[in-house]
Amino acid sequence: MLRRLFLLLIFLPTSVFSAALEIEITEGIEGAAPIAIVPFGWQGMAAEAPLDIGAVVAADLSRSGRFKALPERDMLTKPTDATKIRFRNWQALGQDNLLIGQVRETGAGRFVIQFQLFDVYKGEQLTGYSMPSSAKALRQTAHRISDIVYEQLTGQKGAFSTRIAYVTVVRNKNSQPQYRLQVADADGFNPQTITTSSEPIMSPAWSPNGEKIAYVSFEGRHSAIYVQTISSGKRERVSSAPGINGAPAWSPDGSKLSMTLSVGGSPDIYILDLITGSLRQLTKGYAIETESSWSRDGKMIAYTSDRGGRPQIYQIPVQGGKAKRLTYEGSYNARPVFSPDGKSLAMIHRQGSAYQIAVLELDSGILQVLTNGKLDESPSFAPNGSMILYAAKKGERGLLAAVSADGRVHQNLVMKGGEVRDPAWSPFK
Amino acid sequence: MKQLKAALLIFVGLFVLSGCETLGIGGASSATATEEGGGYGNGSGVSTTGIEGGEVYTGDPLLNPASLLSKRVIHFAFDSSEVADEHLPVIAAHAAYLAENPSKNVILEAYADERGSREYNVALSEQRGNTVADLMRLQNVSPSQIQVIGYGEEKPVSFGHDELSWEQNRRVEIIYSGE
Repeated sequence: MLRRLFLLLIFLPTSVFSAALEIEITEGIEGAAPIAIVPFGWQGMAAEAPLDIGAVVAADLSRSGRFKALPERDMLTKPTDATKIRFRNWQALGQDNLLIGQVRETGAGRFVIQFQLFDVYKGEQLTGYSMPSSAKALRQTAHRISDIVYEQLTGQKGAFSTRIAYVTVVRNKNSQPQYRLQVADADGFNPQTITTSSEPIMSPAWSPNGEKIAYVSFEGRHSAIYVQTISSGKRERVSSAPGINGAPAWSPDGSKLSMTLSVGGSPDIYILDLITGSLRQLTKGYAIETESSWSRDGKMIAYTSDRGGRPQIYQIPVQGGKAKRLTYEGSYNARPVFSPDGKSLAMIHRQGSAYQIAVLELDSGILQVLTNGKLDESPSFAPNGSMILYAAKKGERGLLAAVSADGRVHQNLVMKGGEVRDPAWSPFK
Repeated sequence: MKQLKAALLIFVGLFVLSGCETLGIGGASSATATEEGGGYGNGSGVSTTGIEGGEVYTGDPLLNPASLLSKRVIHFAFDSSEVADEHLPVIAAHAAYLAENPSKNVILEAYADERGSREYNVALSEQRGNTVADLMRLQNVSPSQIQVIGYGEEKPVSFGHDELSWEQNRRVEIIYSGE
């Protein structure tokens, strides 16, 4: 079942390069809660509102896999104010919830968006807000409405207002490839390039406050780790030791960066204190030790090690101590990343000849494979833990994909005209 | 000679497109960070001289197609950084040349195939480069003549998702400075 939700075509005005992420929900509409989102009313100078807020909210909620938005053509009436609602009509259409709203122009480029969410069976309002917005922020405002509706109905904080970072590669026949580190809204809209290079860029990692991104760049034919402030574009080179400078990961308080360096002879995990500049080696030995991830309490680090001959996941106290092996299933487990609640680890797991995304529940030790690709990699949790964004390959192209944490909902984000990979989901703002 | 051409292109490209730029978003003015220069070595050229009735190759030994020195790529088995016996004579030939020519330097660019995780592949590829570097050092090459860089699964030479392509991509490329 391949259901095309919408097609985005965004052209960066300052760039010859056009980027577009097309989002498809490929699996998992069953069991989603039915919700009717009536097109928002419009009071303003122009013939219609500058943005179809209802459509953005419907797309957000559908993409989560937890909701199924009623198609507009199936609506018998389209109320924009609460007094016009006939709840029995919506009950007859099998809807659990109803969202209505209005956009009102209050000045040049100024708007107020009002919305109300109803329980169709009880016939009562669950929540409702009135929010001012500039023209430019309308899409963000729509995502905030999605967050409020999602939290009201699921009890879980919505992540629609968050952003994603990823790396694109455009290969042209007669010139060097162009690597770009980009940041976009969580729905793929509004992509903006923050770094461009003719040499590879890898492993972007958001700071816990969402203001900075650490990443690896091979510019100058040498790997180095940079920390870049997103709003200003200013960056600092925090590591350029001989050998590998890789896999940066922020401590939960943002004061430290764990990373992989091979300056000691073999790749090991080091912890850099970003305030004092001091560097401490955490793992030792001849094996490959890389891809660190901090537990939510900042006390443990999970990482990949091939000390047993094959890559497996281990855990070690941040202060140092004995490493404990966490994975025993399969001959290849790598690139662990803690879930936001700290209760599980997502990773790359090999099954037969396929590399797929799996989640290990830390208490039970149960490993669940969530994806069905051949070359899936780079898992990254949404900040509410609901989805895992990862990189996949289809044909000769790299694309981003997302799977719900229960493995039920699958979707692809395909970039036109290039390869996209190494995704990282931002924290909450 | 394909690799040699590619290396030349990469080297020239470094001067054309050295460094990279960063852009600010969110209303702030964009900033450009300056980078350390690209390139390595002194880029000394090579010269060849032809002689009449030239049946004997008297150019740069690095460019002699009949010499093992013209072989610049070492391939590896999956998830392994061991050098297969068949590649040892190639490494030995380069080691002998470097030992005789202490002014020459090499970069060992090491790569992995696309399977598995990107950063683990960076580590794995660096191990491959180090294995080749160690073999060269054991054959009297000065450590200062060798630099290893592990790119992992970046810069594939073959783009398929099958063993044929993966074999091509699991490699260490021997690149002389100036090439």
